[in-house]
Amino acid sequence: MKPPESWGRYPQVEQQTHALVWRTDALPRRDGSLLPHGLGRSYGDSCLNAGGTLLLTSGLDRFIAFDPATGVVRCEAGVSLDTILRLAAPRGWFLPVTPGTKFVTVGGAIANDVHGKNHHRSGTFGRYVRRFELLRSDGSRRVCAPDEHPDWYGATIGGLGLTGLITWAEVQLTPISNPYVLQETVPFGNLDGFLDVARASEKDYAFTMAWVDCLARGKKLGRGLLYRGNFAPPQFDGLPLARSHLSHGVGLAVPMDMPAFCLNRLSVSAFNWLYYHRQNGKPKQRLTHYDPFFYPLDAIYAWNRIYGRRGFLQFQCVVPYATARDALKEILERSSRGGLPSFLSVLKTFGDIPSPGWLSFPREGVTLAMDFANRGEKTWKLVEDLDLLTRQAGGAVYPAKDARMSPENFAAYFPQRERFIQYVDPSFSSSFWRRVNPVSLPFSLAAGRGETASPPPRSLLAIR
Amino acid sequence: MKKVLVLGATSAIAQATVRLLAARGASLYLTGRNAANLDAVTKDAATRGAAKVASQVVDLNDFDTHEALVEAAYTALDGLDGVVLAHGVLGDQAEAQRSWAATEAVLRTNFLSAVSLLTVLANRFEAQKAGTLVVISSVAGDRGRQSNYVYGASKGALNVFLQGLRNRLAKSNVAVVTVKPGFVDTPMTAHLPKNKLFASPEKVARGLLSAADSRKNEVYVPGIWALIMLIIRTIPETVFKRMKL
Repeated sequence: MKPPESWGRYPQVEQQTHALVWRTDALPRRDGSLLPHGLGRSYGDSCLNAGGTLLLTSGLDRFIAFDPATGVVRCEAGVSLDTILRLAAPRGWFLPVTPGTKFVTVGGAIANDVHGKNHHRSGTFGRYVRRFELLRSDGSRRVCAPDEHPDWYGATIGGLGLTGLITWAEVQLTPISNPYVLQETVPFGNLDGFLDVARASEKDYAFTMAWVDCLARGKKLGRGLLYRGNFAPPQFDGLPLARSHLSHGVGLAVPMDMPAFCLNRLSVSAFNWLYYHRQNGKPKQRLTHYDPFFYPLDAIYAWNRIYGRRGFLQFQCVVPYATARDALKEILERSSRGGLPSFLSVLKTFGDIPSPGWLSFPREGVTLAMDFANRGEKTWKLVEDLDLLTRQAGGAVYPAKDARMSPENFAAYFPQRERFIQYVDPSFSSSFWRRVNPVSLPFSLAAGRGETASPPPRSLLAIR
Repeated sequence: MKKVLVLGATSAIAQATVRLLAARGASLYLTGRNAANLDAVTKDAATRGAAKVASQVVDLNDFDTHEALVEAAYTALDGLDGVVLAHGVLGDQAEAQRSWAATEAVLRTNFLSAVSLLTVLANRFEAQKAGTLVVISSVAGDRGRQSNYVYGASKGALNVFLQGLRNRLAKSNVAVVTVKPGFVDTPMTAHLPKNKLFASPEKVARGLLSAADSRKNEVYVPGIWALIMLIIRTIPETVFKRMKL
């Protein structure tokens, strides 16, 4: 088995592993700290535990019950969303909320309170978690639900795996009449165009998200394509679609780490130009299977290897509507100027439905996600700047995608941090958690904004 | 196989096999020693589409239970047309060399309990003139090696028993399938360092079922082990005894 790493493949750390087999088993006794680790789709270090032990949950992959009448599924925490879809979709049920990959575990989806294209209408994944069991290192087991141990429920949803091990969970699925999505692609010429078309689409479309050409500048800054859609109504039931759209299999694979020169400003900008102009500037409608609509990148196995051995840094922020226009403009301009191409940039509006977790990331506003190939100090500096802009705009950065946010920024983004800390299992920790909560705080939480962030670690500087 | 008794259903290979059978809509009767673990596998199978799942907590080293167990499976599923015998222990070779009790425990679980169960089942299947008996053996039974010959002997003896049984039942339309997995990444081998030869339990389960479907006699899973074991069996004993295997 390959040693576990995070999806961004940075940082690389030394850690022990312990494969969990049965949900009724006790937690192992280890010298260092423990951290549950599912399919490793978190990008940074929130799924890593340097010097400690990862509890591998992929062996906890059993169903416990599924009721096709109510759409309630109960399963062990290591069951993947892919596995749930294979069981439930043919019986007319779909995930209430799904991230852009189906290769995440239920436990991971809860621990990161993940969001999807329907946030403006449905909120986060955690809202559909009816109950789960939390196993603590003291051996205690608690069933947590909105009306049963609600404090543990709120701490564990979005709690980054730190409050204990989720052994099983019960999730309310959502009904569909067929596996098809009626999708429309609408081009927009700049950031203002995005905000207009995204807001206007929220009423009639359950799903929206936009790809943005983050190398376009000037008047074209923030141009891109907005994808919006709804599950197809019953009259499309039983419609035959191309086999390629129905297969769950993995079509393509990135067979090796790509050399760094494959991704540069020229290649990304050529790709973006072609991609944008494929549309001829007009909206386009089509019927598609849910698989390519929700999970286009899952079709390319190990796509993270296009960034090569040095991996990549992902940055995802959310900024409130009040500051969104200016902040996003500045962020897009800065990354466009930085000369570091972001291959995949995604814009999406978040609605005002509250997230159930104390440390949940989604909140009302506009979210922007970008990938940056790891080019050492230069990348670090750019992402650090974007982080600062986010903080100044009153936004937040997503821990599941982060490998570098500072303790002071974490505290600013997650005001319920103090309350959460009391629920962290004394034997659980992660590389992320130790990074954003150093034993002695190097700052005063009351200190003003815009402090200089901590310098990049030596390891990152060394790989330039 | 539509009505299948799975012995040792909580083992990793058996669990993967149970999932495939459940997805096909088979009816299953599962046994295991640990009630909580067996319950987890039973519910998983029921959720994944098994037409019917019943289970019994039983220690198969208690041979006196075997008759009643088979009878219970027949009653619960209204007949049986398939068996997957998957229980077994790896044992500790060093411990077995020191202690006859440890050696006997391995032989008892891997060989004697299997023979006892197969005696009951073979007579049933022979009488009904139908059925498939799938038994999980091991490549270790092909040749004795100093590193695990006690385990190997238990599987080698099992292989010979199955050959005879196959020969006897051929005229009764009963298939006896000997499945020989190589290294499998399971809790049984969790302590061993892994290499490229380790296969997943899912892969072994697929190979097992495809062998059962086509009523094969002896199969190596994955197939590469047929070649590896051919080479290992071909080495002359005078050379083999000096090798560190």
